[in-house]
Amino acid sequence: MIFIGERINTGFKDIKQAVMDKNPAPLQDWAKQQTAAGANYLDVNLGAVSGKPEDMIWMIEQVQAVTETPISIDTNKLVILREAIKACKKPPLLNSTTCAKEKLDPFIEISSQYGASMIGLAMDESGSPKEIGRRVECAGLIAAAWMEAGLPMEHLYLDPIVMPLKFMQDQAKDFLEAVRQFKMLSDPAPHISCGLSNISSKATEKKLINRTFIAMAVAAGLDAAIVDVMDTDLLAAAKTAELLMNLEIYADSYLQKK
Amino acid sequence: MQLVDVKEKWTNRINTVTIGATPAQGGTRGRTVTVGGETTLPLLTFEGEIPNPPVIAGLVVDIVPPDWPDILKNAIGPEIASPAEWAQKAVRDWKVDMICLKLLGADPLGQNLSAEHAVNTVKAILKAVDVPLIIWGCGDLEKDSEVLPACSQAARGENCLIGPATEKNYRTLAAIGKADKHKIIGEAPVDINIAKQINILLQDAGFDINDVVMCQVTAALGYGFDYVFTIFERVRIAGLKGDKHMALPQIANVGWETWKVKEACADDDVLPGWGKVAQRGPRWEAATAAGYIQAGADIITLAHPETIAITKQTINEMIKGD
Repeated sequence: MIFIGERINTGFKDIKQAVMDKNPAPLQDWAKQQTAAGANYLDVNLGAVSGKPEDMIWMIEQVQAVTETPISIDTNKLVILREAIKACKKPPLLNSTTCAKEKLDPFIEISSQYGASMIGLAMDESGSPKEIGRRVECAGLIAAAWMEAGLPMEHLYLDPIVMPLKFMQDQAKDFLEAVRQFKMLSDPAPHISCGLSNISSKATEKKLINRTFIAMAVAAGLDAAIVDVMDTDLLAAAKTAELLMNLEIYADSYLQKK
Repeated sequence: MQLVDVKEKWTNRINTVTIGATPAQGGTRGRTVTVGGETTLPLLTFEGEIPNPPVIAGLVVDIVPPDWPDILKNAIGPEIASPAEWAQKAVRDWKVDMICLKLLGADPLGQNLSAEHAVNTVKAILKAVDVPLIIWGCGDLEKDSEVLPACSQAARGENCLIGPATEKNYRTLAAIGKADKHKIIGEAPVDINIAKQINILLQDAGFDINDVVMCQVTAALGYGFDYVFTIFERVRIAGLKGDKHMALPQIANVGWETWKVKEACADDDVLPGWGKVAQRGPRWEAATAAGYIQAGADIITLAHPETIAITKQTINEMIKGD
């Protein structure tokens, strides 16, 4: 299971303040903590705080100063992405493009140039489709373009889009079905990823919903997720689900595995 | 008619482990040995890469094993009385890739020789030959925890492969491996789950699993060989599928295990109809070796010179395609 740590995001007040003050401590703290918790990538999101590539580069540099965990560059702005990727010491994860050609093509070009991995969202310019068929169509477009560029499938992450349980209850089941269908797009299959916390947005039993959902999603074929990696119960549920699906060999200390 | 493409597309590569250190790397070895790096199962070169074919480690024991049959002792020759000369002969005449020293003499149930004796043997072999060295403890946990650290220190910087690390002694092995810069053998009792567990524990103890070679207590042909074979294979498949704690090179201690079983050792009159022991013994060892190579073993320990010759040919024909 590939865990992408979500915490270095200006949506959180401490990170927002740190970026505005150019204070590296909170970013570095979260970088170290999330790495220790088992993050395979650290998502870095500048959000609406600034549109300047140098601010994103500053964030990436602070994180790389204290960890070797690869970066997930969380932006849909090409201007920022093109500059930020130059600052990455290890091949990063590009988070993320839709299947809209004007966005998908440059993302693939950048991935190819830097040997980066990429998250492709199963949505188009008009947003996230409600029907499974259209989601599979979007994912198929992304996978086809990726293969056409000759890039390795293990560097592609497809995201079927998680909708909040509280507001769109019928969507969770469809998400799981989309995961199953995405897995059949190619052999070897692409990774399937998602922004997990969305499922419990505005709900009361957030943690319980998150970890129940991740176990079900792993059973359907999910093998990556942008998550709160500090939620040890969540990670444990995902790792246990992988064992139950016979995706990993069992060992008594499987939860300690890094 | 179109044929179905049956090639598996594995997503992961087995770790490579290099054993031995040249003077430039802080040791005194004339060459190093690198194992692992496969992206497919044994033999399937049409499907992926096998950059490092299996290697043979010539088995040398610090004392003459009391139960070994004459056919084996005679084939090794008078050098069997001196581990250093035995190692020299294995490298010079039998052309083994490395030496595997089994420290049987330390066994409390046997001669119970001191750690100092083991250290002297290690030093003598390192001086006598310039190939990489495997140092294999006697198997008694308490004694090994005394002997192996002493040997590790004596061979410091030589980048040996030391073991076995088990669920009970992994902390000691991790510590000496780190301190003296050696690679470690993680050994499981024919159990894939424990094999993974040991790798997790070694990693937890701060040892890099990229420096670990996995081992199942190897069974000779006729003694659970088929079961161990399936474990070697399952480990390799899990590793190729992406389980990082299983994507490690594997060693099969064929020489040590074969010469304990009656089919390889018993005289012709004890086993009528089984053929002459002089031929049967080395072939029993060679058949076991060929099996483990097909299962995914990267290092094979062998004792009989004839087996070494047969197995070299097997590797050349099966893996290298010569």
